[in-house]
Amino acid sequence: MTGAEKGARALAVWLPAGVVVLLVSLVVTLTIGPAAITPGEIMGSLWHHLTTWAHDIGIGGEPPSNPLTRIRDAIVWQGRAPRLLTAASVGAGLALSGAVMQAITRNPLADPYLLGVSSGAALGAVAVLLLGVAIALPIAAFAGALVALGATLALAGVDGRLTPGRTILAGIAVAQACSALVSFAIFSTSRGDSYREIISWLMGSLGGATWGSVAIAGLAVVIIGGVLLGSGRTLDAFVFGDVSATSLGVNVTAARWVLLTLTALLTGALVSVSGSIGFVGLVLPHVVRMLVGSRHLGLLPLAAVGGAIFLIWADTGARTVFDPMEVPVGILTAAIGAPVFAWLLLRNRSAA
Amino acid sequence: MAVDVDVVDLWATDLAYRVESAQLLRGVSVAIRSGRVTGVLGPNGSGKSTLLRLIVGALPPSAGVLRLGATDLARMSRRDRARRVAFVEQESQAEVPLRVRDVVLLGRIPHRPAFSTDSARDLALVEESLERAGATSLADRDFATLSGGERQRVHIARALAQTPHLLLLDEPTNHLDVAAQLDVLSLVAQVAAAGTGVLMAIHDLAHAAQACDDVVVLDHGTVAAAGPPREVLTPELVASVYGVHAEWVHGVTGSALVFSPLPGP
Repeated sequence: MTGAEKGARALAVWLPAGVVVLLVSLVVTLTIGPAAITPGEIMGSLWHHLTTWAHDIGIGGEPPSNPLTRIRDAIVWQGRAPRLLTAASVGAGLALSGAVMQAITRNPLADPYLLGVSSGAALGAVAVLLLGVAIALPIAAFAGALVALGATLALAGVDGRLTPGRTILAGIAVAQACSALVSFAIFSTSRGDSYREIISWLMGSLGGATWGSVAIAGLAVVIIGGVLLGSGRTLDAFVFGDVSATSLGVNVTAARWVLLTLTALLTGALVSVSGSIGFVGLVLPHVVRMLVGSRHLGLLPLAAVGGAIFLIWADTGARTVFDPMEVPVGILTAAIGAPVFAWLLLRNRSAA
Repeated sequence: MAVDVDVVDLWATDLAYRVESAQLLRGVSVAIRSGRVTGVLGPNGSGKSTLLRLIVGALPPSAGVLRLGATDLARMSRRDRARRVAFVEQESQAEVPLRVRDVVLLGRIPHRPAFSTDSARDLALVEESLERAGATSLADRDFATLSGGERQRVHIARALAQTPHLLLLDEPTNHLDVAAQLDVLSLVAQVAAAGTGVLMAIHDLAHAAQACDDVVVLDHGTVAAAGPPREVLTPELVASVYGVHAEWVHGVTGSALVFSPLPGP
């Protein structure tokens, strides 16, 4: 078996396996929680809702009855389901964004928040939660993310070129400025509940997820993520640097502008529903590289699936482990991600 | 005069490159002929790397024309250009783990549509390129674990997988031990013998004399001399361009230049 076949086989095995694990995880985690509900009841209830919907638009006969009572049905379909699907979308999008960021900046430490997007979003969230600006939280957060992205790109690309080093430094400058404003707003205004709410948002939480969150995060992942999945060939070309990428036919500056912007828009949409959940975008791409290698054709889809699985389980842990108290999922992802990252670091040191 | 239709030469005419107030290259004309190795010589900062980057398209020329056969390179898309001109940089490394075969597969990027997996032709060309570069035994190794000479072989294999008319190399023997240097130079000679035009920036004048069919000597961004190496690399030229005294010493297996400081004024 040649190496290329090995790579292709790794993808052919890992991707379907990942999708199966993802689907099973979705069903299993739907059953986890204070109200005991079995997978059978969930499948039965799903079938009831699907056939009812089909019947309503004139397809099929009388739907079977719902195995779940109204309250238990609401716990599953209004509580857990949107939250899980949001977790899956956010996890997939963050891991995908992280993989793309690491490739275009050629920096293994890059993560989706590199351009200051999360700090900008935090500023938007603070404006709503603490300063009482009367717009919906996700919209304010996304607007904040856009402002931060614009500032970073303007700062990094003054002369039209967008070098990785300058991009990273510009991102840090914008993030620090936003963080200072956020901290000041919290320090000077928040009391009790609003303090708790903003801290939970800053650490990243899926506690407030609704079907609206699913729509925002899911659509962003499907549309922008779909475009990013098609950029594998271009990202591969960056592996030995800009000149090498040019000699392989890539318009380096244009590719970097487009991909950085798309990644930041995707991240902005995700952060707007979940706050900034750390470590998923940083660590997942490294773990997946160990499994299938660094070629993006396999890395990107598998990172997305892996990120979805990881965040589904992390969020399930966040809402159940300290029951009845719920911890922000960002605390859990950092608690898991930091040791994994340290391990990767030590492992790479021995390889180099 | 008979013209071979397969022969595609590159003609660079009056190339110039300036950035802000610095004129890095001025009025440089070079021909890269199919089947021949052309060496670019000159002291540090004389414009060798700049010339290579202009030809590969990583820098836009401020003036001048690059013509590949009958086609103006400036009118060609980046991808079309990348199918014809391959570039091997000085020492390039990846930040992520990569298998050697995956590095060579990078050479197929300009030939492949987006979303596609490796075609049978891609895979066959990768094997053939590894074979030609003598890197088949390295194919399943991690690129980061290779020696400097092995890395250059792999980069040359990657460039061959691009199936280019022209191969540009920027100081491919830099930082290599003597055996690895000779190894890379003989590989470059084989590539040229198969019909590819080669342009190679190189520091070692004796190696250049052995490995190149023609040399172009750059000095402060202009061409100081061009032609067959033994005619060009005279003690007078070396003294004027490099500021050192040079003398050809002839041994049994080859000739070498021996250098000493110029006598003081």
